[in-house]
Amino acid sequence: MYVAVKGGETAIAHSIDLLADRRRGDRTVPEVTLQQIDQQLSLAVDRVMTEGSCYDRELAALAIKQARGDLVEAIFLLRAYRTTLPRFGDTLPIDTSRMVAERRISSTFKDVPGGQVLGPTFDYTHRLLDFALMANGETAAAPTAPVDASRDLPRVGDILEREGMLEPPPAGDGAPAQDITRQPLTLPAARPVRLQNLTRGDEGFLLALAYSTQRGYGNNHPFVGEIRFGAVPVSFVPEELGFDIEIAEIELTECDMVNQFAGSHDIPPQFTRGYGLAFGHAERKAMSMALVDRALRAQELSERANSPAQDEEFVLAHSDSVEASGFVQHLKLPHYVDFQSELVVVRALRAEVEARVQQAAE
Amino acid sequence: MPDGAYNYAYLDEQTKRMIRRAILKAVAVPGYQVPFGGREMPLPYGWGTGGIQVTAAIIGQDDTLKVIDQGADDTTNAVSIRRFFARVADVDTTTRTEEATIIQTRHRVPETPLQEGQILVFQVPIPEPLRMLEPRETETRTLHALSEYGVMQVSLYESIARHGRIAKTYNYPVLVNGRYMMSPSPIPKFDNPKLDRNPALQLYGAGREKRIYAVPPYTPVKSLDFDDHPFEIETWEQCCALCGSKASFLDEMIVDDEGQRLFVCSDTDYCEERRK
Amino acid sequence: MTDLARGLADPAHDAQRLFRAVLDGFSHPGRIVALPQAPAGVGPLSAAATAFVLTLVDRDTPLWLAPAFDRDAVRDFVRFHTGAPIVAREAEALFALLTPDRAATLDGFAIGSDPYPDRSATLIVEVPSLSTGPERFLRGPGIQSRTTARVDGLPDSFWSEWKANNALFPCGVDVVLTACSELLALPRGIVVEA
Repeated sequence: MYVAVKGGETAIAHSIDLLADRRRGDRTVPEVTLQQIDQQLSLAVDRVMTEGSCYDRELAALAIKQARGDLVEAIFLLRAYRTTLPRFGDTLPIDTSRMVAERRISSTFKDVPGGQVLGPTFDYTHRLLDFALMANGETAAAPTAPVDASRDLPRVGDILEREGMLEPPPAGDGAPAQDITRQPLTLPAARPVRLQNLTRGDEGFLLALAYSTQRGYGNNHPFVGEIRFGAVPVSFVPEELGFDIEIAEIELTECDMVNQFAGSHDIPPQFTRGYGLAFGHAERKAMSMALVDRALRAQELSERANSPAQDEEFVLAHSDSVEASGFVQHLKLPHYVDFQSELVVVRALRAEVEARVQQAAE
Repeated sequence: MPDGAYNYAYLDEQTKRMIRRAILKAVAVPGYQVPFGGREMPLPYGWGTGGIQVTAAIIGQDDTLKVIDQGADDTTNAVSIRRFFARVADVDTTTRTEEATIIQTRHRVPETPLQEGQILVFQVPIPEPLRMLEPRETETRTLHALSEYGVMQVSLYESIARHGRIAKTYNYPVLVNGRYMMSPSPIPKFDNPKLDRNPALQLYGAGREKRIYAVPPYTPVKSLDFDDHPFEIETWEQCCALCGSKASFLDEMIVDDEGQRLFVCSDTDYCEERRK
Repeated sequence: MTDLARGLADPAHDAQRLFRAVLDGFSHPGRIVALPQAPAGVGPLSAAATAFVLTLVDRDTPLWLAPAFDRDAVRDFVRFHTGAPIVAREAEALFALLTPDRAATLDGFAIGSDPYPDRSATLIVEVPSLSTGPERFLRGPGIQSRTTARVDGLPDSFWSEWKANNALFPCGVDVVLTACSELLALPRGIVVEA
């Protein structure tokens, strides 16, 4: 008797063993390797690194393997590991004009310095299942155009900005940006805090919010100023050296969204920015982020702000998949004490009503 | 420690210091929710990460830890958290309330009265008592600053108007030392009187919401009510089917397809001790 | 740097034990709490003040030093063992080390704000003794009804300043009084009467 949610150590241990067993699946099928995940499910790795706030392809691949392909679970695994890592210091800000771009498009101009580079994209694939992949056919190497890595790739936004048509990027106040993985969110949030939150935010959540702005819930008349994807060098100044050294190269997707702005009493009409940045190749994420970033600037730009995507507290408090997933799923935990309290009161209330009804009938 | 890949009690020392500072602030301003840099824990948000971080920041090898969920030591989540600390903090565990120096709990306060020197750590899902009446943090923070709690009084009054009584049953709001309105976490209101002037230190940790708050020993904790509708706790016609207690919070179980009910103590340690 | 005083021998476990003692002090204002195995005091600081700093101060918490404590031995020790920035302005500090005469006024330190009363400073005030001074009565959270404290060496104005500080609640500073290897906490909510 008296079991309900009694489980104890043995049940938990068995559950964990079962999970590992199911993860492995049929043992006659070769086990997937981390290299295979990294190379062939690379966009999954990119998403886990972005929302996991940790640029490490191998760890992200491990997390995906351990999570059986559940990316939200993989993001959680990577985050929980990341939080235990010691900090050596901060890198210098990366400069995306130094990106060696594999893909770069602008939808605001027919041609731009550096050119439109289509690169690898799903955009012009016909979404027809490729049954050749089922047959394990090897894919031929694709021809690639030579990239001139020696020249900076100017950003379309910078060109517009020189003309005064686009607002300059907001100047920082010089203070180091707050790290949202070390300090609690306080509101109203500074833009660096917002951008960190959005980069870590769940892609599906941001996509839905971004979509809502295009359907009139906080429209901001967006144009893709530019999307670029490629590798950017990362530099660090070791205290003992005193000068910066290049320590790594990371792949990034950057989206500069250009938005109409009617101007105000003091500011002539000009275009404004929404910004998106993600690890790896993640255009849907970067674009969604840029749209939501711009939507969240509504108040700053004295626009009407009454749509969900423009509501800073609503967006920032609900964007995180690890927080959301945990809290939604915690309803699986036993709640029978609280439910018992409710039962006691509801029974008493029902009895009172029934007594009243009966009294009235007599 | 048993698991060499991680620091003692899982958290790094800098994180512990940050949480410890937040705890001291929480004790200094009873009932006020101190924002802290909550970390991602290896357990999901909503499953006790706040309580776990508080416990990890205070626990040492001299401690004896008890973990309960729904009053019981053997519910799966309690087992899981106890196992976590046995592994990362190399600490003795117990199911006996009076032997424990730290008790981490979800949804209950033990029936056995606590002693001075004991620390009760609550796992808190939503630390803001006004959240369901006002979802915005920016608003509720102002209400606390002004000590303006009329919105809650109105809500309780509406309940009386509708039901003839205050129908709120768990997470029943309290006023700490006459100043801050506080969520006692989703304990049944049955447990609210135990919070009042308790000799033990009460620490509340909300991991996802990144808040820590506290009630120091012997601090007045008043459950909100009205003169003509005084606060009252749940009562049962039944007594515990195992130990016969008429004074404890009872769990209800459906024991057959006919819907037969059985009532037993929710606090398993209390019940077992009474049966000895 | 060669004669730099030692920090905590076993950082994780020593800090835990010391913190629990501090927490005990904050939970029971007015109670004299002995710090177990406190490291030796550095320079002019007591063992208790030194232990408190090693337990709770780090690079995230600017520290202010009263002139009498602003010496190389203390600065080097704090920088090496905690990494805390030592600040010149009281208002920037989250922790401050005070002599009794500097505690004649509590002005200038952060007291937090009504929405964020936690954004306030904790003052560590070194005193000659926690048990031989004039009797005062304490009331407030953590105290069953009333308790007595006999802190020695504080100027009378400290106690009038304390009354003003208490009136700021929930804002205000918290004070930790230290002597030898003992401390006594005065969280801001405690009412003190002669």
